[in-house]
Order: sequence, then C-alpha cells, then structure tokens
Amino acid sequence: MLIIFYIAAAVAVIATVLVITQHNLVHALLYLVVSFLAVAMAFYVLGAPFIAALEVIIYAGAIVVLMIFVIMMLNLRQESVAQEKKWLNARIVIGPVILTLVLAAELLYMLSTETSVHLTGEVIGAKAVGMSLYGHYVIGVELSGILLMAGIVGAYHLGRQKKKVTHRFLEKQEE
Amino acid sequence: MDDATIDQLLIIGGVLGGLLLVAPGLIWLERRMLALWQDRYGPNRAGPFGLLVVLADTLKLFFKEDWTPPFADRFVFTIAPGIVVITVLMSFIVVPFAPGVIVSDLNIGLLFFLANSSLGAYSIILGGWASNNKYSLLGSMRGAAQMISYEVFMGLAMMGVVLLAGSFSMHTIVEAQKDMWFVIPQFLGFVIFFIAGIAETHRLPFDIPEAESELIAGFHSEYSGMKFGIFFVGEYLGIILISSVTVALYFGGWLGPDFMPPLVWFILKTFAFICFFILLRASLPRPRYDQLMEYGWKILLPLTLLNLMVTAGIVLLNKGI
Repeated sequence: MLIIFYIAAAVAVIATVLVITQHNLVHALLYLVVSFLAVAMAFYVLGAPFIAALEVIIYAGAIVVLMIFVIMMLNLRQESVAQEKKWLNARIVIGPVILTLVLAAELLYMLSTETSVHLTGEVIGAKAVGMSLYGHYVIGVELSGILLMAGIVGAYHLGRQKKKVTHRFLEKQEE
Repeated sequence: MDDATIDQLLIIGGVLGGLLLVAPGLIWLERRMLALWQDRYGPNRAGPFGLLVVLADTLKLFFKEDWTPPFADRFVFTIAPGIVVITVLMSFIVVPFAPGVIVSDLNIGLLFFLANSSLGAYSIILGGWASNNKYSLLGSMRGAAQMISYEVFMGLAMMGVVLLAGSFSMHTIVEAQKDMWFVIPQFLGFVIFFIAGIAETHRLPFDIPEAESELIAGFHSEYSGMKFGIFFVGEYLGIILISSVTVALYFGGWLGPDFMPPLVWFILKTFAFICFFILLRASLPRPRYDQLMEYGWKILLPLTLLNLMVTAGIVLLNKGI
C-alpha cells in the first residue's frame, strides 16, 4: 500500500508543477484536476475513503469546473498564451525555487531524524468525519458557513439587474 | 488463480461486454420506440425488425473521415469524448446487478458514483471549448452550468435513501429494501433524483447543451466519425447507468418474487426505466435554458432540503423511541 501512496504523491507533485508551468490556462486546469485526483488517491490509501470521495466530488468535480467556466467566458486565445510565455521566463522562477529547496531540505532532515509517521491502516468512515465536524470543529463549520453566505449575498448584489422598462411613458418614472 | 479471482474477472468482463453490446442496441430500440409512439415505422429494412441498422450505423461511423478542425485544440479535442465513456463505465463498478454480481462493493459506493458523474461534466466542457466554435462554446457553457447545478440536487436527493439504509454501499441499500422499496417513503426523493438524472445525462427534454434547433448540436458540432460515435455511445451508457442506479436505490434492485432469478428482475426493471427515458424524448418539449436553471434552484433545491430534513427527523424519532 505504501508504494501506491508514494506513486500518487509523486503524480500530485508533478501535476501541480505542471499547473504552474503551462502556458495555456485550460491545460493548466486539466493538470489541476489530475493533481486533485492524485491527492484523493493518497487520502484513500491513508484510510480516509470518505474524504477521498469528497475531494473528487467537490474539488475536481465542481470547483475546477467553475474555474473552467469562467475561463471559457473570458475567451482567451493565442494572444494570452503568448503573453503568458513572455511572463513566465526562467529568471522569475529562481526565487521561489531557492525558497522551496530550503523547505525541502528541512523536510528531508526531519524525515531522516524523526521517527516516521505510522500508517495505522484504520479506516475513517463518514460517521467519524461527521462527528468531528459537528462536534469538535463545529465553530469552524459555522464560521465558514457564514463566510459562504456573505459571498452568496455579495454575488447576488453584484449580479442584480434593475428591471428595464422600455415603455415610452413608464421609462421616465423608473429611477 | 483461485476461483474467487476468476469469478471477479468474469463479472468485470460480463459487465463491460454486456454494456458495450447493449448501448448500441439501445440506438435501435430508441428509434423503433420513438416511431411506435409517433405512428411511424422506424428502421425496418435491414435484417429482422431492422436490427442490422445498428451494424450499418457503426460501420458508417468507422469509415467516415475523422476530421479534427485546424482551429481546434488538438489534444483536448481528442481526449474529450473518451472522458464521458470512461467515467460512466467506472460508475458501473459500484452498481449491484444481483447478490454477489458487483464489481466492487465499495463502502463509499454512492459517493463514487457521484464523483464519476461530476467528472463526466468535463467531457462536454472540454469538447465544446476545444472545438473553438461559438455554438460549441455556448453549448458547453450551458452544459457546465446545468450539470453542476443538477448534481447538487441529485446528491441531496440520494441522501434520503442513505439515511434510511444507514450506508453508502449500494449492496446494503438494496438489502435494506427487503420489506419496502424506498420509492414509497422517498417518493419525492425519487422524482427529484430522476429529474436530476435526466439533466445529468443531458437527454431530452433537458438536452439544452446540444439543442439541435438552436445550437446545431452544441458541444459536438465539430466532431465527426468515431469521436462523435463515442459521445453517442457515452450518452446511451449514461441512460443505462441512471436507470440502473434508480432501480438499485428506489425500486429494490434485484429483489422480486422468486419465480425469476434476481439478475432478470434487475434487468427488467432497468429496461422499464430506459423505455421511460425514450418516452420522455417522444413526448416532452425542451424548456428554455433560464427556465431550467430557475426550476432547479427555486423549486427542486427547497424541495430536496425539505425532503432531507423530514427524513432525518423521522429517522431520528424512530431511533430515539
């Protein structure tokens, strides 16, 4: 099982790097889907099938679809790909890469010295997830609910249209 | 190999082979049924009852020029039709055809089905986007909005069944219907699930992403040859999938009187729903796009939430006493 986890993790990392380096936005989002699927696989191997399913349903199935939806509306074509190519040159990458290497070195050091995390093989089902969400973490769930509500109200406010009246007399009375 | 492994392989082969044989057969069935309901003959020349029309159609699709438009995004254009078939076939992994005849009885079975149906949306979206054609783009934008919205109601409607059965596993859900089919306590849930299922497979009357009369076939305008054929087969596989999941969730799956084997019961019930899909196509007109969305969010969503709340309350009461 451990080898499956490492393969899934490697796929996730490679796909995520490709998300950043792709010039075409839709291709980048496709790699993002692959990355989410790989993370779901890793969750499944670690004994959290419920979270794995939610990862696919919510992230890969809904959120990325919404992103692609927005990008389709923007109708980006060859010009944007060329612009992206111009922006994404090698010099920009140097800074993040050095910082990431520092983090990676730290991680390797930790892994080599600390006792490694044990895979218990214990399966965490839907019930356990629900109990912890509505028991221990209930404040977090409610706060994120309020945040989403604010987002929906804001979107409704921005998207609301005034009723247009095209009648020659009534037109003047409106506003 | 031991017997269990061979049995497993036989089940996988049987399900895959059966589905891929039945899906083209449905094309013939649909044409004949539509003709029956519209007082026509339908295909009746090639072979007995016109059955060979399926073979002729397939051969025609194989020999047609497989044309990729020069303005299309070649890579995405090619993989888009495959996605729908792969995700639908993956969903069949968790469908219980008879006791023991199931590819894998995952304990998150229903969620697996939902996950695959939500990934199926990519087929339409990417196909339409990669075609680089305004009608295709319009079709795929409608498709994306429609499939994301109706997935919500589909998932919420299913949760009533999950509450009653106490499990996400399809096998357990069918077993839990020994005394009463879930269609009786969950009638509202069944209706909403079925409507959402039609919208998910984008069949008439909800075939808004393709809408021949306004979008000239929408997301697959630019597809020809076998790539179009794969979209076509994917659509029919989707009909079989929604019908069989409806049967498993609400109509007792393989359960039935003893004079016929369980598998036959399952196939008969599924067949009835497939015919209902075709009847819908023959009888209902297509709503407008905004009507579809309004109907979903303003009517179906409150109804599903109400259904879920009442079901949960009743389950809780029964447990408490």
